[in-house]
Amino acid sequence: MGIKLLKDLVTPENANVFIGKLGDILEKAIDKPLGYAINWGRIWSLWPVHIETACCSVEFGAASSPRYDVERFGIIEAFGSLRQCDLIVVQGTITRKMAPRLRLVYDQMPEPKYVIAMGACAITGGLYFDSYNVLPGIDGVLPVDVYVPGCPPRPETLIQGCILLQEKIKRMKARKFV
Amino acid sequence: MTVELPPGLALQKVDERIMTLNVGPQHPGSGHMRIIVQIDGDYIVACDPDPGYVHRGEEKMAEYRNYITNIPHLERPVIHDSCNALYPYVLGVEDLLGIEVTERAKYVRVICSELNRCIYTMYWLAIYGIFLGHSTMFMWPAGDRELLIDLMEKISGARVTHSHFVPGGVRNDLPPNFEEVCLRQVNYFEKRIKEYAAVFYDNPILISRTQDTGVLSREDAIRLGTTGSVLRASGVDYDLRQKEPYDVYEELDVHTNVMKEGDSYARSKVPWLDMMESCNIIRQALQKMPKSGSVRVKLKPNPKGKGLDSVYKRVESGRGSLGCYIVSDGKVEPYRLKLSVGSFRNLIALPYLLKGEKLGNMPSVYWSLNYWPVEADR
Amino acid sequence: MSTDAEQITTEEKSADEKPVAKPVVKSVQVPAFEKSISDKVVEKFGDKIKVEFIKENRVGIKVSREDVHDVAEFIRDGLNYDHVESVSGVDYPQDKEIEVVYHIGSYSDSSLAKQILVLATRAQREENPIPGKDATKLPSLRDIFYSVEFHEREVFEMFGVYFTGHPDNRRLLLPEDWADLPPLRKDFAIKGR
Repeated sequence: MGIKLLKDLVTPENANVFIGKLGDILEKAIDKPLGYAINWGRIWSLWPVHIETACCSVEFGAASSPRYDVERFGIIEAFGSLRQCDLIVVQGTITRKMAPRLRLVYDQMPEPKYVIAMGACAITGGLYFDSYNVLPGIDGVLPVDVYVPGCPPRPETLIQGCILLQEKIKRMKARKFV
Repeated sequence: MTVELPPGLALQKVDERIMTLNVGPQHPGSGHMRIIVQIDGDYIVACDPDPGYVHRGEEKMAEYRNYITNIPHLERPVIHDSCNALYPYVLGVEDLLGIEVTERAKYVRVICSELNRCIYTMYWLAIYGIFLGHSTMFMWPAGDRELLIDLMEKISGARVTHSHFVPGGVRNDLPPNFEEVCLRQVNYFEKRIKEYAAVFYDNPILISRTQDTGVLSREDAIRLGTTGSVLRASGVDYDLRQKEPYDVYEELDVHTNVMKEGDSYARSKVPWLDMMESCNIIRQALQKMPKSGSVRVKLKPNPKGKGLDSVYKRVESGRGSLGCYIVSDGKVEPYRLKLSVGSFRNLIALPYLLKGEKLGNMPSVYWSLNYWPVEADR
Repeated sequence: MSTDAEQITTEEKSADEKPVAKPVVKSVQVPAFEKSISDKVVEKFGDKIKVEFIKENRVGIKVSREDVHDVAEFIRDGLNYDHVESVSGVDYPQDKEIEVVYHIGSYSDSSLAKQILVLATRAQREENPIPGKDATKLPSLRDIFYSVEFHEREVFEMFGVYFTGHPDNRRLLLPEDWADLPPLRKDFAIKGR
C-alpha cells in the first residue's frame, strides 16, 4: 500500500474526466487574472472590418487622420481581411440590400466580436426613418455593444464610443465565448 | 456550416477558364458597392458594377417634405461636399419661387462651394492614396483638409453637414474677421498641396501604376456622357463654372485644367489642379465680395411653386456636373425631384475601362473615376 | 412672389429699415438662340412634336412615343447634341401615363455648351404593373445616345417602364428581392405617410 500517484489514477477510460476537472480547477484558480490579461490584450487591438455602409464613413476616415489619430487607442483603420478583425463599426444607414451582406460579414468574423452602431441612421433609421429601402436601426440584424449618436458623429464622439467599448470589454468575462 | 447566400450573391459560373469574382461590398478597394468581374488569369474580361447598397430613396422622400425640410436630407449623399450637393436644388427652388438673392449671399455661396470642393477632393485623394497602398498620401490630405473644415465650421457650425445654403441665400453671415483667417488658411493650404507633387504625382511608383491604364479617349468620354474631372482629363474643356456660370462665377476669372492623356494618372491629377484653381477663386471672391449687406431673403413659411412648372439647374460639383430636376404642381412639396449626379454618370465608364485591364489596376481605375458610391445610389 | 419676399439684414432687424425686395420681373420675350433650336425641330417634324417651353438655356420638346426615336436621332445628327445628362420619370396617375424626360446636352459644340434640350415622352401606365411584361413600354434611345444605359435601367426599376431595344434591362439599385410596386410611382406610399 503506497501513495497512489496521479498517473495511477488516470486510466484511458477516465482520462477525459480528469482533464476536464483539471481545466475546471485551473479556470477557478487563474481565470480572473488571466481574464484581465486577455481583455487587456483585446482592448488595445480592436481592428474594425473594412465595410462602409453609408456616409458616416467620411467621419470614420477623418477619425484616423493625423488630427484625431484613433490608432493611439488601438483602433486601426482600413484593415483588409475580416478573418482577423474583431470589431464592426456600422457606419450609417443600412439599406435592405446591404443588411444580408452585413450579417454575412458578421457571421464570418471569429469570436470575440463587437459592434459599434455609428450615426443616427444605424441606431434608429435617423433622417431616413420613412424611406422604403432603409432599416429602422440595425438592432434586428446585429447585437450592438455601443451606440454612437450624431448625424454624422464627430470623430471625437467616435473616439469616445470606442473608449466606452474598451471599458465594456474590461468588465466582460474573458471566456464568455468558450 | 453552410450559409445560404442571399439572392444575387451567388456567383455565376461562366466556363472552366474564366472565373467570376466579387469585389465588395466588404473590400478595401470597393467602397460601398460591388463590382462583379470576370477574370481570365490576371486580365479582366467583363465587369458589371452593382451599385445600390446605399440607395435610400431620397427622391421619393423629397415628395413628402416641403421645400425647406428637404434641405438636410438632400445634402446627405455627399456629406463632405454638402454645399455643392445642395447648390442645384437651392438654385432650382429660387427659380421656381422667383427669388433674387443678394450680391453678398452669392459671394458667400461661391466661397463655401469652393471650400467644400477642396474638402471633398482632399478626402478623395486620401482614399486614392489608400487604394494604391500609399499611406503618406492618406495622412497628408486627411490632415490638411481639417484646415478647411475648420473654416466651414466657423461659418456654419458643423464639421461636414452644413445645411448652409437655403432658398433665398445662406443661413448665416460670415463670422467676424473671417476674410483674414480664410485668406491665411487658404494660402497655407495652397502651399501644402503643391508639396504633394513631390511625394505623389512625381512618384515613379504611382506613375508606373497609373500611366496608360484605363485610357478613355476624347470621343468615348463624350459618347459615354462622363463629366467633371473624368471629362477634362480626356481633353474636353468643359466646366460649368465657365460654360454656364451660375451666381457670381461670371465675374470671377475661372480657369479650367484640361489634360489630353485620359488615363488614370490624368484623372487623378486634374482634381488636384482644380484645387489650386479653387484657391484662386476663393481669393478673388474674398476681394470682390461686398463687405457688408444682407445675406438672406426671408421667405414666407411653406413656400409654394406657381402651378405646374419644372426647372433643371446644374452646378459643377467636386464630381462634375450635378443637376437637379424639380417638377412642381403648386403644392408645398415638390411633385418630383430628380438628382442627376456626376458619380452615376461616370459609373458607365467603369465596365468600359476595365475590360482588358489587369485586376491589380482595378482600384486605381475605379477610384480615379471620381466616384462616390453614396451619391450615385442616392 | 412680390409680397412674399422681404429682406432681413444680419446686423439689425429694425422694423422701419426693413427693405422690401423688389419683385423680379421675368422677361417675357423668348430668347432668340433657344427659339432657333426649337424652330429647327419644328421645321423638321411639324405637328408630331409640341414645344413645351422655351426658357433661358432650356428648350422643352414633347413627342409621342412612336416618334421619340426619330426625333432623338435628329437631335443628335442635326443639332449636334451628344450626350444625355439625366433620364427622369414622372408619374401622372390622373392621365394614366408616365412621362420620361431626357435632358440632353452637348460637349462637342461650344455654342450649345449652355443649352439643355428637354425631350419628354409619355408611356402608357398600368394600374397593376408587371414590369417588363405589361404595356408600359418605350423605345430605348441607347443606340442613339450611349450614355442613357444606366439611366434607363434606373427608370425601369423605379417606374416599371420597359425600354424595348435596351440590351441590359436588369435591376440596378433596388434589392434583388424587391417584389413591391416600382417605388417612385405615386401609388407606392412610403410607410407612415
